[in-house]
Formats: sequence, structure tokens, C-alpha cells
Amino acid sequence: MRELILPGTPGRSDTGASPRRPPGEGAPLSPSCCTPAPQPCCAPSAAPGPEAGASSCCAPPSRPCCDPSAAPGPGAGAPSCCTPDPAPSCCAPSGASSCCGPAAPALPEIPGYRRWHFVERFLETPAGPVPVVKTRLERPDRLGAALVRLGVGRGDYRVAPGLYAVGSPGPESPVLATANYKLTFDSLRRELSGLDAWLLVLDTRGVNVWCAAGKGTFGTRELVRRIGAVGLERVVRHRRVVVPQLGAPGVNAREVKAGSGFRVLFGPVRAADAPAYLAAGMKATPAMRRVDFPAAERVKVGLVEFANERKTLAWAAVAFFALAGLGSGWFSFARAFTGLCWGMGSLLLGFLAGNVLLPLLLPRLPGRAFSLKGAEAGILAGAAALLAGLPAAGAAGAWLGAVVGGSWWGMHFTGSSTYTSPTGVEREMRRAIPAQAAGLLAALALWRWGLGW
Amino acid sequence: MNALRYIEGVATLRLDESLCTGCGTCREVCPHAVFGHAPGKARLADPGACMECGACALNCPEGALTVSQGVGCARAIIHGWITGGPPSCDCGGDGSSTCC
Repeated sequence: MRELILPGTPGRSDTGASPRRPPGEGAPLSPSCCTPAPQPCCAPSAAPGPEAGASSCCAPPSRPCCDPSAAPGPGAGAPSCCTPDPAPSCCAPSGASSCCGPAAPALPEIPGYRRWHFVERFLETPAGPVPVVKTRLERPDRLGAALVRLGVGRGDYRVAPGLYAVGSPGPESPVLATANYKLTFDSLRRELSGLDAWLLVLDTRGVNVWCAAGKGTFGTRELVRRIGAVGLERVVRHRRVVVPQLGAPGVNAREVKAGSGFRVLFGPVRAADAPAYLAAGMKATPAMRRVDFPAAERVKVGLVEFANERKTLAWAAVAFFALAGLGSGWFSFARAFTGLCWGMGSLLLGFLAGNVLLPLLLPRLPGRAFSLKGAEAGILAGAAALLAGLPAAGAAGAWLGAVVGGSWWGMHFTGSSTYTSPTGVEREMRRAIPAQAAGLLAALALWRWGLGW
Repeated sequence: MNALRYIEGVATLRLDESLCTGCGTCREVCPHAVFGHAPGKARLADPGACMECGACALNCPEGALTVSQGVGCARAIIHGWITGGPPSCDCGGDGSSTCC
């Protein structure tokens, strides 16, 4: 089943279809040339006829006001059909909150579609209306970002692909391509405050630019298709599209040029550098082209493991409980609980070592392999197990377990890092996994021995 | 940032200097300055920093660069081992995944 998804409306399960525009492309979308006005503003005589949409009390019947011929001055494609005061306003006697006032933005409303909160207004273009997005993040954006960092709704945090605008872009304004992961989209629009630009949002299935480029979803084909689908050649006169540098693993600039006529300019790595890049005439400094991985970023990307590993941790708890309980007298619940506590304590220390301590201390931990750095973090974090007052064997087992856990989750942090090569990761895994397996068995033996029979 | 370096000498990046025309595209797209910043013919100034993202090879107009492109992600590689397919971090947006 295909859903109609328009830029500016929440895009949930996008099918990759190009965003179809409503019938009557380019024409006012639906009734409202004026924002919905409060009831009192509509004089009985101006009451909408049956054809009027529900939204606007003064749309269809207000022809006199909305008749272009009645409007003096150049209509110049202005979305609003209502000009300051061509005639006594059809509604709004007070003038305040005039539905036909000069500042009234065009707000196309399509039955059944809800606008995103970040859409400020719509801009008429030769290729149809384009949503203009705010450059300030609001509460829903911050809340969504916080949740997605913790793994909530992460797979479906996306905006509808298509063309968006910031500021008041014209035919000469730059076009910046980006991914439809909302976190990516938000970080870009936030940086573009005060600028006029077009945002060409590709359908990456809600994945960030770099990962999507690696998979090819942020890629040549999608870029060419999207340029055509939004009618970019009718919106801008130039033939340049700025692609974030990290899109380069998926975007072949020559093929995009051949397929769409648009020249790809690789922009800076970070959205924060976009204004400086544009101001410099689309020139990136070497620093703008380097990827870094600062501590705050490292810790942030590590947090998502808390959500990802819930199932693993739950299964581990079941296993600890069963293994500890079995023994003399068939099954001891008291021992099972003790074993569960020791085991989970050890596991959580390893988890923290690999997903918090390793990210934090990444440049300071000796060695190159993440499995090694993780084990070192585990040695540190595991020290807490030695202070817990367990019997010697149990303490040793819990400590060793933390080391193994730190190494395992540290190794998995390669996927969140910005500089590991697949050849290198595979090499370290072939060495680390046998050691981790041996360590795990030893830790389990010590733990079980420490619990007694 | 120099403290963040991965295992050296393993990356599969190769440059055929005879094909290079010095257009500079590889320098532009490389996120780790593997090719240095100096203009002129491409040169592997810091091959140890290569993460095999494949941006340079894809965009080299002369085909002078080759690399076995992939994601440096343990979860992806395990996924590849188990399924016998190519490494995939399975993060196509289906919810539960992680590596990117």
C-alpha cells in the first residue's frame, strides 16, 4: 500500500515513491488563501457555501477579496491572493487577526494531512508549493532527539523526502542535499538560520547521511531521481547541488551530472560549517573536510546500546539465575538470587566499560583495537566488583566478566566510531573473539565456584 | 585527533599513480586526509588513516583508486558471518538496529 507523503507532512512509512503533489500542481492547494479565522470574523453574508472547506471561513465565498483582478499591484506569484486592502476586508472587521492581512502566510491545507510543526509556511515555486522550515529547534525536536538517542523510535525518525526551503530562497539560491533522518534534517536546518537555501531531502529510510551513503541509499540513483521528482530544474536557474562530503561514498558526482544535469559540489562534513562554506563561495577548508569524533559525540552514540542490548541482558539474567540455582539439593532459590546479582553486576560493569568508559576514554586507552581498549576499560570498571565483598573466586569471576564484557561491547563500538576500517575490524575480531570466549568460560567457572554448591 | 587512529597497514586502498591526473577529487572527498592537502598528483600521504569508506574510488574519474569498500562495524561483520552474505549492519530503518 502506498501512502501519499508530501514534504512538510510527517513521512512515516515511506515507500521510496517520489512525492506526488496534489492535483492542480502549482495552484493554491486548497481553499485557504487566508488563515482560518475565528468565527466572529465571518459576517453572515460571507458565510461559506457548501463547497467551502471547513478550514477557512472566508475562502471560497470571498471572491471579491480574493479576485486577482481586484488586487492592485503586481500579483507576482505571491501566494496570497489577498492583498492589503483592495476592498473592505471580507472578514475581520477589527483588522487585528485579519485573515486577509498582508502578513497572512499561505498555509496550504490538504484534507487528511497534518503539517509538521517545523513548517512555517509554503513558498510557491514553478514546481509547486515548497514548505519553508523553521531554523529554530522546538520542544518536539529536542524531545524526539533525546528519545532517539536512547533508542526509542529510532528506526522511524524521519521526515518526508522532497524539497524544502529555509528563509526566502529564489532561483539563484543554493541547493543542499541531505538525508531524511530527522536528526540530520534538524541539525542542518538549525545551522541555516538567516540564510536562504533549498534543502533537497533524499529518502534514506531514516538513516543518517554517512551510513546511508555506505549502503548506497544516499546515493547516485536516489539523488538523480529526487532532483527529477521535485522538479529542481524548474525551481533554480543554476545547476549545482551541494552534497555533504560524507555522502561521497554513495554519490558518484560524474554520474549525477550525466543523469540530472546537476553538478555535485561536495560540501563540508559538518552541518555547522555549511554557512561558512556557502559564504566562501562553496569552498571548504581542509578542516571542514576532516571527520572528528569528540568526547561528547562518542558518549552520545554509545547511549543507544542501552536500548539495543535489553534483550541480551534479559537472556543473560535468565541464564545466571538457572546456572546459579542448579546444584546440590537440585535447585536453590537463594543461591540463584545471589548468582543473579553477582552475574548481572559483573555484566553491567562490562557494559558500562564498553559503552560509556571506552567512548569517554577512547584516545587515552592504549592500543588500537577496540576489543583491547574495551578490555582495559573493563579492568578499570571491574575493580568495583573487587570492592563488593564477594568471596575470592566470585570476585575474580565478576572482575573477569567485566573485562570480557568491556572487550565485547568495546569491539561493537567500532560500528559507532568514525574511523575504523572493515578490514581492521575483521582482523581484530578474529583475534579477540576466541580470547573473549575463553575469558567468558573462565569467568563463569569462577563465578559458579564462588557461589558454592 | 591524532590520538584516534585505528590499526595501521591493513586498509585495502590502492593508487595507480600512472592513471592519476591530479584532479584532486580524492583529496576533497576523503574524511581522513589520507591523500594530504597538497595539490598535484594524488599520493597516499597517510594510508594508515584509511577507513575504506570508498568515497575516493567511487569518485575518481580515472579509476586510479581501488578499495574494498565496507563498514567498519563488528555487528555488521558478525551478521555477514552468520548469514554468509556481505557484512550488513542491518540498519535500514527497521527499528532495532544500531550500528549507525
